[in-house]
Amino acid sequence: MTTFLQQLVNGLSLGSIYALIALGYTMVYGVLRLINFAHGDVYMVGAYVGYYLSRKLRGAEPSIGSALLVMLGAMLACAALGVLIERFAYRPVRREARLTLLITAIGVSLFLENGAQLVFGPDPKFFPSLAPRTDFLIGGVRLTSEQITVIAVSFLLMILLRLFILKTRTGKAMRAVSFSLDASRLMGISTDRIIATTFALGSALAAAAGVLIGMQIPKIDPLMGILYGLKAFVAAVLGGIGSVPGAVLGGLLIGTSEVMVVGYLSSTYRDAIAFGILILVLILRPQGLLGRVHKEKV
Amino acid sequence: MRGILVALGVAGVLLALNAAFVGSMGPGLAMPPYLLQVICLAGINVILAVSLNLINGFTGQFSIGHAGFMAIGAYSSAYFTVTFGDRVRAAAGFLPPSGQESLVLLLALTIGAVLASIAGFFVGVPSLRLRGDYLAIVTLGFGEIIRVFILNIDAVGGARGYSGIPKLANFFWIYGFAAVTILVVYRIVHSSFGRTLVAIREDEIAAEAMGVHTTRAKVISFVVSSAMAGVAGGLFAHYLMYIHTNSFTFIKSFEIIIMIVIGGLGSITGSILGAVLFISLTEGLRQFAQYRMVLFSLLLIVIMIVRPQGILGRREFAIFSRRRDRPPGGGSTDGRGNL
Repeated sequence: MTTFLQQLVNGLSLGSIYALIALGYTMVYGVLRLINFAHGDVYMVGAYVGYYLSRKLRGAEPSIGSALLVMLGAMLACAALGVLIERFAYRPVRREARLTLLITAIGVSLFLENGAQLVFGPDPKFFPSLAPRTDFLIGGVRLTSEQITVIAVSFLLMILLRLFILKTRTGKAMRAVSFSLDASRLMGISTDRIIATTFALGSALAAAAGVLIGMQIPKIDPLMGILYGLKAFVAAVLGGIGSVPGAVLGGLLIGTSEVMVVGYLSSTYRDAIAFGILILVLILRPQGLLGRVHKEKV
Repeated sequence: MRGILVALGVAGVLLALNAAFVGSMGPGLAMPPYLLQVICLAGINVILAVSLNLINGFTGQFSIGHAGFMAIGAYSSAYFTVTFGDRVRAAAGFLPPSGQESLVLLLALTIGAVLASIAGFFVGVPSLRLRGDYLAIVTLGFGEIIRVFILNIDAVGGARGYSGIPKLANFFWIYGFAAVTILVVYRIVHSSFGRTLVAIREDEIAAEAMGVHTTRAKVISFVVSSAMAGVAGGLFAHYLMYIHTNSFTFIKSFEIIIMIVIGGLGSITGSILGAVLFISLTEGLRQFAQYRMVLFSLLLIVIMIVRPQGILGRREFAIFSRRRDRPPGGGSTDGRGNL
């Protein structure tokens, strides 16, 4: 039982990382119907920005304040990156065929991966620890302070996002745009501005995930975004793509099942689990757990 | 009758070129080994690009796991040759040695193609049943997973790579199969089934309303494309004599996509041109290796923004377009399908 609880905690902390990335996928899919392949790489850039910021702050003692500074800096930088990607790569082809948009997304993803290898160097880097670490033992379950931070920060960000989407005017506009892009433009919503905001929010969440993973698994490399991006996308599909609570649920489920399979069966195929789940979802419930069926109209 | 004569003619020319390149027709005609290898790898990439264009360009479904099917073809055919090659040679003892070798290669490639198409079927059915871009993400995942699986099979070398594959493929076989691939894709595209595929690309809902079984057509197109990738993988293994899973990463899949995007989505001659251009550029820019992929990815974005249908678009070179029929992209004139 203790082992199970321990695995559950580990799974939740990994799952909240997936959930944070999955939110960006699902939000962009909601407004543009685009699988933003570059999203996993934005997460990687977030981790690197966090790495360089914390190196700059090295003189200061590891403290909550500097950790907060690193996280906010990475989130701001990636929000700007997301807006830039949207403005210069996706907006010019938004009215083209879906295939064109998809290939552009792959181009952006390749550009970020190879650019990162050029700028940051292809070798893995080791993330410095940001906060003093302590372990807590609760009923035989070991909780590291990193895990607590990861889970707490993720849930705080998710709650803030939910409040933003449900309570603000911009959030309302985002929901309208994801319902119908053309109708919301006719209603006087500045769709360009809303789409840019969506990219900024999604990218900032991915950057937060990047810094959090840096704290937990202190090794980052330019290609780390591919596998995490893929699994987070599966999480978004599992929860129902386009659905914000679905992305959170999917992320937690994927993270937990991955840790459970590694813990109880074998670690060889840990990356195959998400893929197996994806195939099952596509066969059994393509709209996802919390998604709605969209009627195709001509 | 005319077709058979043309086929014999092409085979004869390829055999003569093959003999000339390796130097058996006098040292003056021999090709430097490095250049010959680049030319042969270009031929394999032509097979990959033309077959990927069948699903991406003509059917409008986005697959980004072509390297995975190539890996299946490469590993299964190499395993066959290494394990059963001698038995096949013994059974076919009545043939001259070159005939035995050809038989082994053809059997190995058949097995590679069949296994790759079976994998294509199981990947294609769940994802192609749905509308939208699920095929992209499923194939990307599949391409990575199949690598992990192969990496854990010790019989094919696992992480050490698979060595000791006999060199059965050469210029003749590679370009022979490239010709066959081009011919098959050309015939498919110009058949009524090909028009079905183009109809799905242009408007899936309209195609369905016209009575097209869209899932079936998409899966057939995808399976054929995967089988051809399997053949390309088999040729790759039997040409280089050593394979490693690192040759079949998603980067390889993206390279094939870049080839067909450069050439033109929905143009057979375009994908041939794209493959040759890509290989020439990668070899030419070898000393700038770390800038190369950055350049290619920027090129991909710029082409999509400026000319989304690729450089050639859906046009074909003159030799390939018979005057009496319209090019297969005839449906929409602006070159923008609706996916």
